[in-house]
Amino acid sequence: MSDLKRGISRRRVIKTGMAGILATGVSPLIISKGAWAQEFCNNPEVTGKAVFGFNVPLTGPYTEEGLDSLNGYQLAVKHINGEGDGGILKTLKPLALEGNGVLGKKIEFVTGDTQTNTDVARDGARRMIERDGAVVVTGSVTSGEAIAQQALCQEMGVIYMSGLTHSNDTTGKDKRRYGFRHFFNAYQSGVAIAPFLAAEYGNERRAYHLTADYTWGWTQEESIKNATEALGWETVNAVRTPLGAGDYSQFLTPVLNSGADVLILNHYGLDMVNSLPQAVQFGLRDRQVNGKQFEIVVPMFSELMAVGAGEAVRGIIGTSNWQWGLEDEGTKAFTTSYGSEYGVPPSQAAHTSYVQAILYADAVQRAGTFYPPEVIRALEGFEFDGAGNGPTLYRDADHQCFKEVLVVRGNENPTSNFDVLNVIGQTSREEVIYDPSIFGGELGPYEPNQC
Amino acid sequence: MLSLSRKDLISLVIFAAVVVAMPLWLAPFGAAYPGLMQKFAIAAIFAIGFNILFGLTGYLSFGHAAFLGVGSYTTVWTFKLLGMEILPAIIFAIIVAGLFSLIIGYFSLRRTGIYFSILTLAFAQMSYSLAYSVLTPITNGETGLLLARGDPRVLDMAFGNQVDGAGLPFPTLFGMELGGYGGFYLCAVVLILSFFISQKIFASPFGMALRSIKSNQMRMSYTGFDIKPYLLTAFVISGMFAGLAGALMSVTDPLAGAERMKWTESGNVVLMTILGGVGTLFGPVIGAWLIEYFENIFSAINYNMLNGFFGFLPDGVRDVAVTVSSKFVGEGWHLTLGLLFVVVVVFLPGGVMEGVRRLSAYFKDRTGRTPEPVTKASAAE
Amino acid sequence: MNVFLTQLLNGLDKGGAYALIALGLTLVFGTLGVVNFAHGALFMLGCFCAVAFRYLLTIETVTIDPEQLSPWGAPLEVKTPVIQAWLGDFGAVLVDYSVPISILLAVPLMLLIGIAMERGLIKHFYKRTHAEQILVTFGLAIVLAEIVKTFFGPNPIPQPIPTALRGAADVGSWLGFAPHAITYPWWRLIYLMFSGVVIAGVFAFLQFTTYGMVVRAGMADREAVSILGINIDRRFTVVFGLAAVVAGVAGVMYTPLLAPNYMLGMDFLVLSFVVVVVGGMGSLGGAVAAGFLLGILQSFASMNEVRAIFPGIDQVIIYLVAVVILLVRPRGLMGRRGVMEG
Repeated sequence: MSDLKRGISRRRVIKTGMAGILATGVSPLIISKGAWAQEFCNNPEVTGKAVFGFNVPLTGPYTEEGLDSLNGYQLAVKHINGEGDGGILKTLKPLALEGNGVLGKKIEFVTGDTQTNTDVARDGARRMIERDGAVVVTGSVTSGEAIAQQALCQEMGVIYMSGLTHSNDTTGKDKRRYGFRHFFNAYQSGVAIAPFLAAEYGNERRAYHLTADYTWGWTQEESIKNATEALGWETVNAVRTPLGAGDYSQFLTPVLNSGADVLILNHYGLDMVNSLPQAVQFGLRDRQVNGKQFEIVVPMFSELMAVGAGEAVRGIIGTSNWQWGLEDEGTKAFTTSYGSEYGVPPSQAAHTSYVQAILYADAVQRAGTFYPPEVIRALEGFEFDGAGNGPTLYRDADHQCFKEVLVVRGNENPTSNFDVLNVIGQTSREEVIYDPSIFGGELGPYEPNQC
Repeated sequence: MLSLSRKDLISLVIFAAVVVAMPLWLAPFGAAYPGLMQKFAIAAIFAIGFNILFGLTGYLSFGHAAFLGVGSYTTVWTFKLLGMEILPAIIFAIIVAGLFSLIIGYFSLRRTGIYFSILTLAFAQMSYSLAYSVLTPITNGETGLLLARGDPRVLDMAFGNQVDGAGLPFPTLFGMELGGYGGFYLCAVVLILSFFISQKIFASPFGMALRSIKSNQMRMSYTGFDIKPYLLTAFVISGMFAGLAGALMSVTDPLAGAERMKWTESGNVVLMTILGGVGTLFGPVIGAWLIEYFENIFSAINYNMLNGFFGFLPDGVRDVAVTVSSKFVGEGWHLTLGLLFVVVVVFLPGGVMEGVRRLSAYFKDRTGRTPEPVTKASAAE
Repeated sequence: MNVFLTQLLNGLDKGGAYALIALGLTLVFGTLGVVNFAHGALFMLGCFCAVAFRYLLTIETVTIDPEQLSPWGAPLEVKTPVIQAWLGDFGAVLVDYSVPISILLAVPLMLLIGIAMERGLIKHFYKRTHAEQILVTFGLAIVLAEIVKTFFGPNPIPQPIPTALRGAADVGSWLGFAPHAITYPWWRLIYLMFSGVVIAGVFAFLQFTTYGMVVRAGMADREAVSILGINIDRRFTVVFGLAAVVAGVAGVMYTPLLAPNYMLGMDFLVLSFVVVVVGGMGSLGGAVAAGFLLGILQSFASMNEVRAIFPGIDQVIIYLVAVVILLVRPRGLMGRRGVMEG
């Protein structure tokens, strides 16, 4: 392989035929499944091992999410390799995995620390691909990380399964052929939460948005605004707050006399952990405005954020990707499996990570090869059930999963840190589906580049 | 113009050999892959440039990440607007970073000491905050500036270099696509050039003037010597180095994110320089490599690897060894880094280079030669 | 008008916090001449004094019931709080007021930590270069943060306000406005008063005690004081301890406003340096003034009316003010000549 060039990509190999292949000095690997030259980055048939790369923050503000994700991934590896109780392998339908690894190969894994920094995340992904021979990279806790990694993985010809990423851009404007998202997005949050807001708070409300001033915050603000205005709500104001502001008093006091009767916090992570309790301390929820009880809504929730916000979260409505208290078989299987392994119930970070790893492995098994275009085709349009969210579709047009979205409410009387959220309803998959063209973007080619 | 003293020439040759041979000697440390070696080279360039300001003049800038970020953004924008050729992008990045540092330097250098440091910090933090939020149309905010198929790329289009297939274009050097090792060797060559330039500056009358500013600014002023232009030149040069480093980051990986401008990034280069040895030629490079190594390799060690590493031990002992050592790697790598800082500075005032000096003095002593007179590396105030 | 007044209150409240954090730093930085990058870590440790105290109060005896399984499949743990079991209602009150009471724990503990830090590490660095001080204190800050992470985990741990002090005070009605025109949380008012008391206390200590007088003399001319036969070193140890205590109690009282996690120190580090330098090196009054100035300007810059004219101003206001002040006044608001200028 020529070191100085970025290899000879598959598209050119095809273009120039055998001459091109011989010119690169690499003999093609013919695998029984197809007659084409399966020459791609970290081909396990060549390297002799199937390595998964788990790239999550182990330091910095999202460490807890990162560690939970990592737990989920490690459990997935166990189950794929046939150790433990099998988890959702018992409930996932259809299922190609046989509990003996993937295509007869035991899965190995490597880990990395993204520090919640896009540059570091890409460095980590490159290490996994270039040094450790990872055939798939997965993990993120912010959309910035996810988009940066999936763009890199596209260039290196390695599939990327994102973890926590809620921005519409991940499978919208910045979608990539090699990137897949199981997690839901801001648009779905807006559609899912709207009927519950109408039922709880009525159709005549005046909403005030506080929005984290970066890409994710904007997409969520826009999505929630559209959804609530469709209900008949009026948007009084939408104010942008700096990321990591810490103290939100100067943004909260103007809400008091704005005439608004609902505060919508488009904040995530530490921003929300600080802004919600402060909003409660300012007495917002004790107020009567326009003859109505003042309410606070946090459209995007996670258990870890809810724990961090403490008592303030009680009674607050939001959406969630998944919750361990669900009653379906897949959730039960996963929760029991995770609980007996780690002694605590899984968070949605652990769940989406776990499912993503299983889904990738299963797709490889179904495709019968690790060759990325085949695996991508196996995932595209894949319809499955039993992973904890009911019937789910991996849409081919944007690589977004479509499934029920949970609407949750902060538990009024939690008995522990693990039941801070109650599921109050599910918005069906049909309702949260949308036309992929509204967000634009382009998936790019199937053919893998060389790493 | 290109001549060097004998001692410097030997240093340069050794340095070049070490850099070019990275894929060999880094292999046993698990760091011989293009992605990290590129980072090694780029961080070293950044630190070398920073050392020209801090090491020579003693002015501690806490805002050099701004120039790194500006260099990156300029590079990606050049790719998007003009074309994927690397050289124009790098040149533009250096020029823009130079102009940017000229403005910031002009204002910041009106103050000295900590007041100067906070001024540079404030300028950089403003750049970061704005790039993350209000300037999103230019910087693409949180997501970072990425290439797109729809970019104009005027020059590429004019020469008919269309993107083939459906993928994104790659940066090219004289029409040649740069892959992993190609990118590394490009960075390596630039690093060796940077080292050479830094040697020239250290040995030049200009460098002498800077050093005398550091040792006694007052006396310099009294002799009727106008120090401002010298300081500003040093500031701009180091800003251009930072721009170059930022450009290379985007050349090897076409993305530019606002996080590159954050104070932690500025702090990082300060730490690299101090850890290695302020005011020495090799010090900043060593410091940069150490910190990059911890960030990329130590953080990636997990239980499985430790179990394998201690596999030769009996079960009980192994468990203890793995549990204890796991606190220092993986999610605990920060702890190791913190301890390293403390240990180095307590035992080796003057950074790692001080250790090297002591070691060589020790060996010279043993071979019966008289040790060189001790010139304590004195860092800046 | 009341919009203006509430933002002024916000600004004072923020300013109180900034001043309190900067006060400890300026003692060490502006007067002992140590660039202490571990100051944020001290603030963070203070926060975790409150967390640890609450942990102690809410210790539970855990008995595992092997018969039953929790919903996630692990054996069910039955928990009984110890303190409440012993002390009954009084225990409940203790838990409720854990944050303010934990100051009693924080003061001796932070004093100890401060003295240990100074004796063990910092005192060897008075004569070393600032670069080395930065490296060693930054290393120390990382180590402290990692230790806290090991014990308390990385997720933020919220600390509740005592029940009686929750909710908002009707400040407007005190000033003759209509009811509910201006309301402000009780806890923030308490924090504002608390910061005032601490700041006044530190000033009084340095101004009116002999001890403080010697310290001030030592700051001005260390050598001369030593020649007089006064052990200035021991006094400097106390100053460092005092700085740690001030940072610590500032942290304790701040926990209900900002759920602490181990990273908190780094977030406050840069800010506290900016406040100190804007105030001027070697000036306690300057640091306090700068804290309030920055707090108030930050609040006003966040108003929609202001942002409509200058987009993004709220993001950069602190740094913008720092730049303007440092360019107009060479040594910040009230800096002393020659301190940290070389």
